[in-house]
Amino acid sequence: MTLALDTPMQLVSSRRRRLWIERVTGLGFAAPALLLLVLTILAPLAVLVVLSLTNYEFGGVDLDFVGLANFQKALADPIIRRSLLNTLIYVAIMVPGGVFGALLIAILIHRRTRTRSLYEVIYFLPVTSTLIAMATVWQFLLHPSLGPVNGLLKWLGFAPIAFLSEPSTALATLAVIGIWQILGFNMILFLAGLTAIPRDLYEAADIDGCSGGIDRFLTITWPLLGPTTMFVVITTMITAFKIFDTVAVMTRGGPVGSTEVLLYNIYLEGFQYFHTGYAAALTFIFLAFILVFSAAQTFALDKKVHY
Amino acid sequence: MATVTLSSIAKSFGPTRVLGGVDLDIADGEFLTLVGPSGCGKSTLIRIIAGLEHQDGGAVTIGGQPVDHLRPHERRVAMVFQSYALYPHMSVRQNIALPLTMSRLKLWQRLPLLRALSGQRRAVMRGIEADVAAAAAQLQLDHLLDRKPAQLSGGQRQRVALGRAMVRHPDVFLMDEPLSNLDAKLRVHMRTELAELHKRLGATFIYVTHDQVEAMTMSDRVAMMDSGTILQLGTPSQLYEKPGSLKVAQFIGSPAINLLPASVGAGGRLELFGRPMSLTVQQPQGQAMTLGVRSEALSLVQGEPAGAGRAWFSARLRRKENLGSEYILHFDLAGRDLPGVTMRTSPAQAASVAEAAEVTLGFDEAACHLFAADGERIEPRGPGVASASIVPLRA
Repeated sequence: MTLALDTPMQLVSSRRRRLWIERVTGLGFAAPALLLLVLTILAPLAVLVVLSLTNYEFGGVDLDFVGLANFQKALADPIIRRSLLNTLIYVAIMVPGGVFGALLIAILIHRRTRTRSLYEVIYFLPVTSTLIAMATVWQFLLHPSLGPVNGLLKWLGFAPIAFLSEPSTALATLAVIGIWQILGFNMILFLAGLTAIPRDLYEAADIDGCSGGIDRFLTITWPLLGPTTMFVVITTMITAFKIFDTVAVMTRGGPVGSTEVLLYNIYLEGFQYFHTGYAAALTFIFLAFILVFSAAQTFALDKKVHY
Repeated sequence: MATVTLSSIAKSFGPTRVLGGVDLDIADGEFLTLVGPSGCGKSTLIRIIAGLEHQDGGAVTIGGQPVDHLRPHERRVAMVFQSYALYPHMSVRQNIALPLTMSRLKLWQRLPLLRALSGQRRAVMRGIEADVAAAAAQLQLDHLLDRKPAQLSGGQRQRVALGRAMVRHPDVFLMDEPLSNLDAKLRVHMRTELAELHKRLGATFIYVTHDQVEAMTMSDRVAMMDSGTILQLGTPSQLYEKPGSLKVAQFIGSPAINLLPASVGAGGRLELFGRPMSLTVQQPQGQAMTLGVRSEALSLVQGEPAGAGRAWFSARLRRKENLGSEYILHFDLAGRDLPGVTMRTSPAQAASVAEAAEVTLGFDEAACHLFAADGERIEPRGPGVASASIVPLRA
């Protein structure tokens, strides 16, 4: 038996057999993840791409391929253009507010020993609450005549502001609510980042003469938080870009289209007007933006913030 | 250059007393090592000198000036951390330059954007650049200046940490276990480098370690600490040849000192394993004592064990350890429930003993250390005691 095994032919075949088994095992391990990826992401994405090239309407029995007509229509549509611009303005307000506000809170409560967890809970509460329910509360708070915010303004001698029904303030108000909701989550991420900075570095900085608050922040905290900050910026951007629920519940795109945003228009086209093909094209545009944000993270920023 | 004086430094963390009134005078340009087991308070002490920790009682003066109210960087001390604490996002050049940029540029000249407005900034930066280059050259770091700490080996990081400490010419260097993270070979190399650096700079070095070899090889003086107090302060050879207590004797020296139980017999005469020695003490009869014998003081006794001023006992060889130039022999004490003893000897001597062989080990009574039950060193009286020298180790 052993002698027979030693012939070169059999050695080669047993090695091949082992390689084959290894390959099959490898595929076997990868298969479940691959299957899930195909079922939940790749297949729907393919369907989306196909739909975006048709004039399919929800409930319709037939469909025609219209090529890129949906995309042409979208790019020419002033409502879509406005909603895209509104979304970008919303992102531009929410990202700095949500990132730097959270950073400030994280730095303030990081060194607290006894009260830290209390503050963590307080700031994290909005994250756990349902925004739809909270939107009602915000609507009451900001109500022009009944709301306590305007009550305060009046008490201070200012004219009341119709936050949500004034075209110039509605979008900014929604952005503030968005910041309020994401602040706690970003704060937790920053706290984790701060905890990961070794204490030694602050002590070395202390000895090297870098002991003022501004110096410490600029020399150590801010650069070492780079990876965290990048992650927070990207996730906040994507979250902001997906603004939908406050619009749907509080303003419905109004007043005068000042809070029309991309996702809300997709919702209207797809689920109110049943223009499924057109909605698919809009969704494709939406995904392209998300892709740009993610690519920015992977290729551009990644190299700069890691050390 | 400066002296460092500590007077009755006390420190507690909550209910735990870490330092119980430490007094220490460190001379200008001295290399002083604080050595002791972990948790003995040596790191806390050096951190108090640095100003990273505040003492509950007592005072620190550097160069004759009280520094207790000063922030760390105002004390003109530099510190090398065990983890090196290099700034990971900065290049070696920036790491070394940081203490200088902090002291030579004003805050607004360091701020982004605003600093572009400063006319002098460029001249100051050139000066800093030159000083960094000089420090880097001393430590052979020139070719690494543009690397990040993550791209360096442990020894190189260690040198960068030294460079950052050196660059602003501090009066006192504080080093908190700087070699602990290096591998054994590099540690031996860095010991020499540190000792030479000390000689070259002439600054005061305060060095914390738990490794008695580092303490013995580099220091002018060693302060052996335990439980928040200094047990003994002296030169390395004083600590080795005249340990003031059992704890010091056990901590200093490798292999560790051999401890044998002795007792006081009639007339104050010491007895080892029931045999009277020629040493006498003032302790009352029947008192238990501990006899310490360094491994190089033991020797194999051939034939008659007798001889004036020499003690002996029998043992069985358990294991030989070959160190190349010498052997460490591990013996069990035959028939006694005691930890064994070690003997340092030449390869030739070691070859003469077979494994598991019963032998007689002897030592010069003048070379042994005597400790009372409370661990205090006792000076015995008796022949040959006047010269407390160590017997040459090689037969």
